[in-house]
Amino acid sequence: MAALTPTPAPAPPSGSTTAPGRRGRGGASLLRWTILLVIGAYLLFPLLAMLEFSTRGAEGRTAEGRTAEAWRAIGEDPQLVAAIATSLQLAVLTVLGMLVLLLPTMVLVQLRLPRLHRVLEFVCLLPLTIPAIVIVVGLGPIYAWVGYLVGDSPLTLAFVYVVLVLPYAYRALDAGLRSFDLKTMAEAAQSLGASWWSVILRVVVPNMRAAILSAALISVALVLGEFTIASLLNYPTLQVQVNNIGKRDASLSVAVSLAALLFGFVLLLALSFAGRRRARASE
Amino acid sequence: MPFFAFVAVFLLWPTGIVISGALTGPDGTFSLEHLATVTGSVHLAAFGRSVWLSLVTALIGAVGGALLSWAISTRPGSGGGESRLRRVVTAFSGVLAQFGGVMLAFAFLATVGLQGWLTLLLRDLLGIDLFAGGNWLYDMPGLVLVYCYFQIPLMTIVFLPALDGLRKQWREANESLGGSAWHYWRHIAGPILAPAFAGSFLLLFANAFSSYATAAALVSQGGPIVPLQIRNALTSEVILGQADIGYALAFGMVVVVAVVMSLYALLQRRTARWLR
Repeated sequence: MAALTPTPAPAPPSGSTTAPGRRGRGGASLLRWTILLVIGAYLLFPLLAMLEFSTRGAEGRTAEGRTAEAWRAIGEDPQLVAAIATSLQLAVLTVLGMLVLLLPTMVLVQLRLPRLHRVLEFVCLLPLTIPAIVIVVGLGPIYAWVGYLVGDSPLTLAFVYVVLVLPYAYRALDAGLRSFDLKTMAEAAQSLGASWWSVILRVVVPNMRAAILSAALISVALVLGEFTIASLLNYPTLQVQVNNIGKRDASLSVAVSLAALLFGFVLLLALSFAGRRRARASE
Repeated sequence: MPFFAFVAVFLLWPTGIVISGALTGPDGTFSLEHLATVTGSVHLAAFGRSVWLSLVTALIGAVGGALLSWAISTRPGSGGGESRLRRVVTAFSGVLAQFGGVMLAFAFLATVGLQGWLTLLLRDLLGIDLFAGGNWLYDMPGLVLVYCYFQIPLMTIVFLPALDGLRKQWREANESLGGSAWHYWRHIAGPILAPAFAGSFLLLFANAFSSYATAAALVSQGGPIVPLQIRNALTSEVILGQADIGYALAFGMVVVVAVVMSLYALLQRRTARWLR
């Protein structure tokens, strides 16, 4: 499992970044903190402003005028609640679709068709180089067919979202696949009479739970934050509704935005811990 | 394999439609007509502004993000492992860089919008009117400010691994030979990091160039940059034949991004020589 974390050394004490610099590094330490303060302020101030903005009362910006009205309204706006539900369902569908399509393909390529490895990698990273706004221009006719075949529902967005999350999911899964000797295990399983699917479900999946979790979390984050395609295909997902609501009720939009950003932060922090547990398991 | 069929339908086919749509005339034969309408009008100016915006924000983002990743990278000499600060900043950067979109536009409306916190604070405390020079937030200066908000975090994410690749031994060798910190950065770390820095810069450029959500939420009317003009072309019901312009604009974007990403791939190969 060392491939993912080249230096799985024990974490240093949390205060290590504040510890006084070693000899001659006082200047560097000062510089370090100046940078952290300046850029940190630039990055954090807008978030604080969102908190301030979303709790303004009718009387304006006095301390007494604070109200959680906008935050309460999140749960009361039917459109918003529906959009959140849509986005969450989309996230689940996308993760499932991604796993069902990508994982067996990656396993198959690694075991049987190693020559396709570069092709697969190239295809998976391709969505990074084709902007979503370009895909959406060409997507019109295809979604006309999708609507005709499976019905016109926002959930059909999951098809194109699977493609969008490919680069990120591929990297996470690839790291997981490299972390154990797939070939030996698969051959052992098959010599004992296991079928293809049982190799994947009972050998591959249990060995890369952490990688699958990483791929899933990053996909969820991307789907919940996606706006371009949903908005131009006119499907009311969370981001699209946040944008629409912003035109009539700015504080509500700001409150939802901040809540979503915090949710994303928690997701990604969980992601970093998923990676950490994997590192510890390998020791 | 179903996987490749799926990708073909939902990634390659749309791209193919865009390219063929851009390169065929109204009678269905090969023609550069649509591309010509794009190069000879307001659209060309939009491409210019898009490139300018991407260059400026990629530059600011690359410098700011490199400094930030240096500040949170593991201290030289304190061994491996991830500090808590680094973990938090990385997750935070991930949110802003990949998850932000529309929400970042609202963050800046709440900060420096007409009723934003900072706007009101400056007005009440210092008597400064942020909007004395016109409604800049909804135009190019505003876009620069907001784009940097996801460019700096993105740079932090992509540049950290390069900083991690610097070996402690190199710094020690420099010190034991009597070199100063300046010597270290000028002759050792600088040249090694240069390709990684340039590569990240290109990645940031492509990211800003193809970004749509933040700009769309901030600028609800009109289209100073290419992605917004594509929106106009897609949503316009007034003028016929706008779809063709959408194809041509999208084709232009593919060309620009493809060139930038190919350069990036070349640089990546160079970077891999020393780091890792």
